[in-house]
Amino acid sequence: MYYFDNNATTPLDERVLEAMLPYLTVAHGNASSAHHYGRKARAAIDTAREQVAMLVNAYPAQVIFTSGGTEANNFAIKSDVTQTGHLLIGATEHASVLNAAKSLQTRGWRVDTIPVNHNGVLQFQDNLLQNDTRFISVMLANNETGVISPIQDIAQASQQRDIIFHTDASQAAGKIPIDFNLIGANLLTLSAHKFYGPQGIGALITDKRKVLEPLLHGGGQEKGLRSGTENIASIVGFGKAAEIASNEINTRFMHYKDLKQQLETYLSSLDGLEIVAESVERLPNTTMIVVDDIKGETLLLGLDHEDIAVSSGSACYAGKTEPSHVLQAMGYSAEQAHNAVRFSLGKEQNAADVHRLFAAIKKQLHEMRSLALAVAI
Amino acid sequence: MKLPVYMDYSATTPVDPRVAEKMMQCLTMDGNFGNPASRSHEFGWNAEKMVDEARQQVADLICCDPREIVWTSGATESNNLAIKGAAHFYRKKGKHVITAKTEHKAVLDTCRQLEVEGFEVTYLEPETNGLIDLKKLESAIRDDTILISLMHVNNEIGVVTDIAAIGEMTRSHKILFHVDAAQSAGKVPIDLQNTKVDLMSFSAHKIYGPKGSGALFVRRKPRVRLEAQMHGGGHERGMRSGTLATHQIVGMGEAFRIAKLEMDVENQRVFTLRQRLWDGLQNIEEIYINGDFEHRVAGNLNVSFNFVEGESLIMALRDLAVSSGSACTSASLEPSYVLRALGRNDELAHSSIRFTIGRFTTEQDVDYAISLIHDSVNKLRALSPLWDMHKDGIDLSTIEWAAH
Repeated sequence: MYYFDNNATTPLDERVLEAMLPYLTVAHGNASSAHHYGRKARAAIDTAREQVAMLVNAYPAQVIFTSGGTEANNFAIKSDVTQTGHLLIGATEHASVLNAAKSLQTRGWRVDTIPVNHNGVLQFQDNLLQNDTRFISVMLANNETGVISPIQDIAQASQQRDIIFHTDASQAAGKIPIDFNLIGANLLTLSAHKFYGPQGIGALITDKRKVLEPLLHGGGQEKGLRSGTENIASIVGFGKAAEIASNEINTRFMHYKDLKQQLETYLSSLDGLEIVAESVERLPNTTMIVVDDIKGETLLLGLDHEDIAVSSGSACYAGKTEPSHVLQAMGYSAEQAHNAVRFSLGKEQNAADVHRLFAAIKKQLHEMRSLALAVAI
Repeated sequence: MKLPVYMDYSATTPVDPRVAEKMMQCLTMDGNFGNPASRSHEFGWNAEKMVDEARQQVADLICCDPREIVWTSGATESNNLAIKGAAHFYRKKGKHVITAKTEHKAVLDTCRQLEVEGFEVTYLEPETNGLIDLKKLESAIRDDTILISLMHVNNEIGVVTDIAAIGEMTRSHKILFHVDAAQSAGKVPIDLQNTKVDLMSFSAHKIYGPKGSGALFVRRKPRVRLEAQMHGGGHERGMRSGTLATHQIVGMGEAFRIAKLEMDVENQRVFTLRQRLWDGLQNIEEIYINGDFEHRVAGNLNVSFNFVEGESLIMALRDLAVSSGSACTSASLEPSYVLRALGRNDELAHSSIRFTIGRFTTEQDVDYAISLIHDSVNKLRALSPLWDMHKDGIDLSTIEWAAH
């Protein structure tokens, strides 16, 4: 089976697994315990915190570990629950941002979206801001299309007006360089399993300009901002994955870019399909296509027969087969959105893998179209 | 024997090698590393299958329907989701919640948050043995009480709450009953088919599973509703969004499977070791057991050593990994609020040690602990003027200390 769904989740890097192993077996302390085992666990967490901070050029003290990207996004968006006001989010955000924002509506917040153009690029304008706009959340890179958000304007406007600016960098991390200071965000979400770390661990990076309201109350871990016994093995794995990504970000970026270019050159030779947001800056590993006449689900099943694993968009709408809200926000019809397939490359893949993927797409499209033609006749 | 000897199984447990093995199978490229929510390929399907299997294993230990299990990142999250989720959903029915002063911080701190939001919370005082008097509980119930949250086994003193009786009471009053079972699962039999508990929190790392994995039981009949605390892709039937960490969940499932299989035998073994420890210690003068001795989980022994300063004792026992209370608050060095709630004075609360014995504790470990404790207590008391005064028959509580 060939795996081209690396935006859904990535396999663990072997070096990450190796770093985690001791914490799954012999080194088993609770990091809050004062004894030998506890102190050892605490030291491992400190190292991981440095590694994660390094990945986004932040300070270790700015890293709050969470159970993943969804928790980090919820934590960020609900961190100001004592107030109400106006909240702005991008139109193509991940479900965890969309639905967290929506949940605030029941608490008196007003939520609006920043529209995107046909290429999925945010169309931010100052007139979207209201007097009581308190919070803006925009993803750094889109999980389905890979489109990278131009966020300088938003960061600037937020700073001027004292608005909290959060960016979900779950898909961007490990694929493009990220500098938390340069971005000008107050809060940034990371998820380990999108860049060869374990599932179930993430972080919210915070500039500490604002006092956050915790999402989880309890023993007061993470300086009282996120209670719960630290998930040490996963934190260590997250740290190691971040360290490797920091070291390899440039080679990874070039590697992805070459492969994606190869894939898209191949795809351009096929009739009746469109590469989504082809002309704008995207993640180097992500290509989404919309096929004119074939349902995404059908093509997925066809590719599955060829031992190729891809997806029609986000895995995160837990099993629903509704058309992508991302494509619809970009102006695609529901029918077109149903015909989307996403290819997300992995760091271990090579030109031969990409060629295999292309050959399978070509063959399946050809067979499906011949069949459709035969049925029509 | 490996030093320090680990006797802090209530803080956390090592992962059982069988659990680690299972987890490993989900962590590599040739294993089940997929996202269980991926519906378009084998990697996703396999991961989902493993998650379903784990759900069944957890349900089997506690006798419930697998559809009543919601995966979380641990018992802290389960407690937060149960208490805030129920309070928020049923806020129109009432705004009064009852809990106890001896609960875990994850419950107490969550209740404090509810108070900030306008709920009223009654914090029950336990009896001196650490148990809650059911009559006092019943008389605390008001017309607007919507939720009672009590732990099954206390993390510090190990006392076991009669959840079956309380369940009858809450059901007859039409009040939701949440139980924090982080310390009891795998140690005390739980039968949710025949116990009227509506919500129950579980943790994996207290029973030889991985840290960062937990579950919340949410009863289907009669149906309990919750307001989600984490919104997103709608995982876990909308009650808890977020990509499921397959390896963590599989590890939790395996830990629960093993617990069901081995609980009876293990409890007997652990109980014998606990008795051995107590037999070895009880001839030390001026020591007190904290919490009821009968209604107590097998592996817990919590003892206060009078006339010994707590931190010095912990230092003297550094080859013994024990704690002076809950790990979650032990960094603070405050005397245990649980022991204070039992009416212990500051000195006794401060000189308490919690020994918790588990799967990998040996007789040799226990014997080592006994002799180390004897030596340490003797040495510390030899240095203590208070101990001398006590031995001279002076009642220390009658002394007026001069201020300097």
